[in-house]
Amino acid sequence: MENKPSHAARSFVFELIVYAGLVVVYVFFVIALLGGLLSGLYEHHKIGYAFAALALIIGQGVVLEMVTSLLLRLIRSRSD
Amino acid sequence: MDFLVSHTHISPYYLVVTGFIIGILGGFFGVGGSFLAGPALFAVGVPMNFVVGTDLAHIVGKSIVAAKKHRALGNVDLKLGFIMVIGTIAGVEVGVQGIERLKHLGQANVDQVVGVTFVVVLISISAFVGWESWQTIKMQREREREAEMSGISVKKLEPKEDESALDHIARRIHGVKLPPMINLRASGIERVSLWVVLIVAFVGGVFSGFLGGGAGYIRMPAMVYLLGVPTHVAVGTDLFEVVISASYGTFTHAIKGNVDIMIALVMHTGAAIGAQIGAASTEYFRGPKIRLAFVPLPLIGAGIVIYSLLSGQRLK
Repeated sequence: MENKPSHAARSFVFELIVYAGLVVVYVFFVIALLGGLLSGLYEHHKIGYAFAALALIIGQGVVLEMVTSLLLRLIRSRSD
Repeated sequence: MDFLVSHTHISPYYLVVTGFIIGILGGFFGVGGSFLAGPALFAVGVPMNFVVGTDLAHIVGKSIVAAKKHRALGNVDLKLGFIMVIGTIAGVEVGVQGIERLKHLGQANVDQVVGVTFVVVLISISAFVGWESWQTIKMQREREREAEMSGISVKKLEPKEDESALDHIARRIHGVKLPPMINLRASGIERVSLWVVLIVAFVGGVFSGFLGGGAGYIRMPAMVYLLGVPTHVAVGTDLFEVVISASYGTFTHAIKGNVDIMIALVMHTGAAIGAQIGAASTEYFRGPKIRLAFVPLPLIGAGIVIYSLLSGQRLK
């Protein structure tokens, strides 16, 4: 019989790989596309850039919190 | 990957892995981790002004994740957090003024005074927290052994039930009757003077303004030992407070052109999962063990500052 900790560890590694895949897609397709837009804003409109920077990091914080919570919940339900 | 705002070229994998490590530490200890993130960004060629601002932006994202997780675990005292924000912002302004005064005497003075103060503070905190948590663990073990020998069953503390060998200090501070007195139910504190809370936050803020970073390495132990806040709640509340103060710092630094938000966003993708893991891990450790594990962190920061001082590199 497989013991619980090793099953949980395997689920954890699996979910981490899923998360890493999502991050790679996000970084190369979404964030990379934003680069030009943000540098233009940085050069010409610092206050707009400051608002955008804060909104982006808070928005990403909230969204990734939901994604990571979901993944960790999945790990728990798989290991129970 | 090219980062057009700071004109740097950095591997996104390096940023994600760095963020992941800092995220775990932040989620577990309630610290921003700027003493590690700063040198990690500087090492790959990010200019120092961007290091300071970008690190703050990354701290905002990471602290939202960890603070939300701690809130779900019941580890955030919102009332305490909001009161501490007021004291912290006032303290930060005083700390920054101290830096400005030193600047008039020359940049070398700033680096030396700030560097030496930083090293002394970090080593003192590390030594004190290490000694206290060891004493507490020893006290708990002795109590359990005595109970076992006399055949009495002793109730083992749950991970979140905290105690410290220095609980008497917090009790004495709770005895200061300087009105208005407030109740911090989420922290298990029945009555404490508002001024005491504000002073503790103010002192943390002064260190934050004077030494840079979020100063969680001071605020977290101060909440535990001086205010008597349980370690888990101190970690969660500190993170909540960091979200507000670091957002303020990010905005002001971004206006001055010191934030490359692209770097912060990439770094944060790693920090998000790290912070979740770190925050969830606190469920399995008792307060004194979390505090004992905290001991090497300030020492790492002190080591980096000593290296900077000896090698002649400029500090943040």
